[in-house]
Amino acid sequence: MTDAIFALTLSLLVLAPLAIAGVALINTGLGRSRSAAQALLGCLAIVAVSAIVFALIGAGLAGVPGGTGHTLQLAGKPWNWIGSGPFFLNGLSTAPLEAQLALLFEFMAVALAALVAWGSGADRLRLSAGCAVAAVLSLLLFPLSAHWIWGGGWLAQLGVNFGLGAGFLDAGGAATVHLLGGLCALSVVWIAGARKGKFPKEGLSTAMPGHNAVYILFGCILALVGWMAWNLSGAILFLHAPLAQLPVTAINTLLCASSALAATFTVTRVRFGKPDASLCANGWLAGLVSSSASAALVSAGAAILIGIVAGIATPLLVELLELALSMDDPSGAISVHAVGGLWGLIAAGIFAGQNGQLLAQLVGIATLLGLILPCTYLLFWMLDQVIPFRVDPDGERIGMDLHELGGGAYPEFVIHRDESYR
Amino acid sequence: MKYAGLLVMPAGFFLSIAALVLFPAPAQRIAFVLCGLGVEALGLVVAVRGHMENRGGNQ
Repeated sequence: MTDAIFALTLSLLVLAPLAIAGVALINTGLGRSRSAAQALLGCLAIVAVSAIVFALIGAGLAGVPGGTGHTLQLAGKPWNWIGSGPFFLNGLSTAPLEAQLALLFEFMAVALAALVAWGSGADRLRLSAGCAVAAVLSLLLFPLSAHWIWGGGWLAQLGVNFGLGAGFLDAGGAATVHLLGGLCALSVVWIAGARKGKFPKEGLSTAMPGHNAVYILFGCILALVGWMAWNLSGAILFLHAPLAQLPVTAINTLLCASSALAATFTVTRVRFGKPDASLCANGWLAGLVSSSASAALVSAGAAILIGIVAGIATPLLVELLELALSMDDPSGAISVHAVGGLWGLIAAGIFAGQNGQLLAQLVGIATLLGLILPCTYLLFWMLDQVIPFRVDPDGERIGMDLHELGGGAYPEFVIHRDESYR
Repeated sequence: MKYAGLLVMPAGFFLSIAALVLFPAPAQRIAFVLCGLGVEALGLVVAVRGHMENRGGNQ
């Protein structure tokens, strides 16, 4: 890696936390006003817990491209299943520059994956439970996925060992961050249950709209900057993309988000008579998520198509999950991150144009769905027995801010009484 | 029911891995990996149905 590429990648990685800031604002805006301070403080706490746990243990298990790992021999092939790097970031300053940058990328990625799950538990997930979820994610779930995909693990080696294209491709974290985060969100929603009054015994679900559209929409703009930095640095680190490929990658990221927004705008306009701000924000974010796997690999036309599919699917899925499947997901993380990431991975397989690439992507998806989701649910269920996820009914009634922090985010505003408690 | 669904899902993963190891021909591999994903989808549907049965249970 030349000095110029090193400086460029480091600069991009310094911008990547804007994606985290954007998702934090979106999560907060989509929650209720009486839980806003707890939601945003939770984002900070989760980033902090993720960074510490990942630095102490997770980074050693995740490894970096070209690092060492434990290998099983199965059917005559090596299956590199977990990293064997040093714990406590030992020897980091003497590691190759590329390895140091990849580790910095993983620090950002683990924090974003944990934030995705936090958003789904809004208004009822306790702060301590959110931090515990982040700790488990950073300790085991993320390091395993990151090693398999980014650290030279068995999914990355599918091309070498089984002739499947270039192996599982996920430069921007569609699987490692978004699909994993979305699966964690699904487990949190299943374990914590719905907010009080969300699903009455009879009739349709109660609408609980986000409390601040400005946070949500400004978060989308911040996320765009962060995502561009994310996709570009991922392309350099994990795909070794040449400089000439980088402007195209940034343009594809923008095109994916833009076409997704246009599609969601149209769908909500047709369905409700007027475009829905929070669903449009979800569509924009789904476009960004689906660009994560594919932005560095596809043409501009394909990026637009990928965004349109993500943008059409997102509002329909949000509605399906809430109305038909009784899942209370305030931030829409399951639709946006899990399904958006899934679609991005499949699209990378379809449009990357390498023989066997789609099959490699499908094997990666099967691994995350079939192995990581049940493990995630089991670990979170055990965690729930020790640190209950859900706040007590009184805490939910007065709001997470007053219950957990002793003060609200908007002390000079009157908080409206919740009609669902009558 | 939710647990039954989640228990079925790893079977789909092992089916996909078995396809890689056992079948060198691309067509058979794709068919078995898709079967594996199908089994996972079935497990997910069962788990979601289990969640729906508990509608309002936390309230």
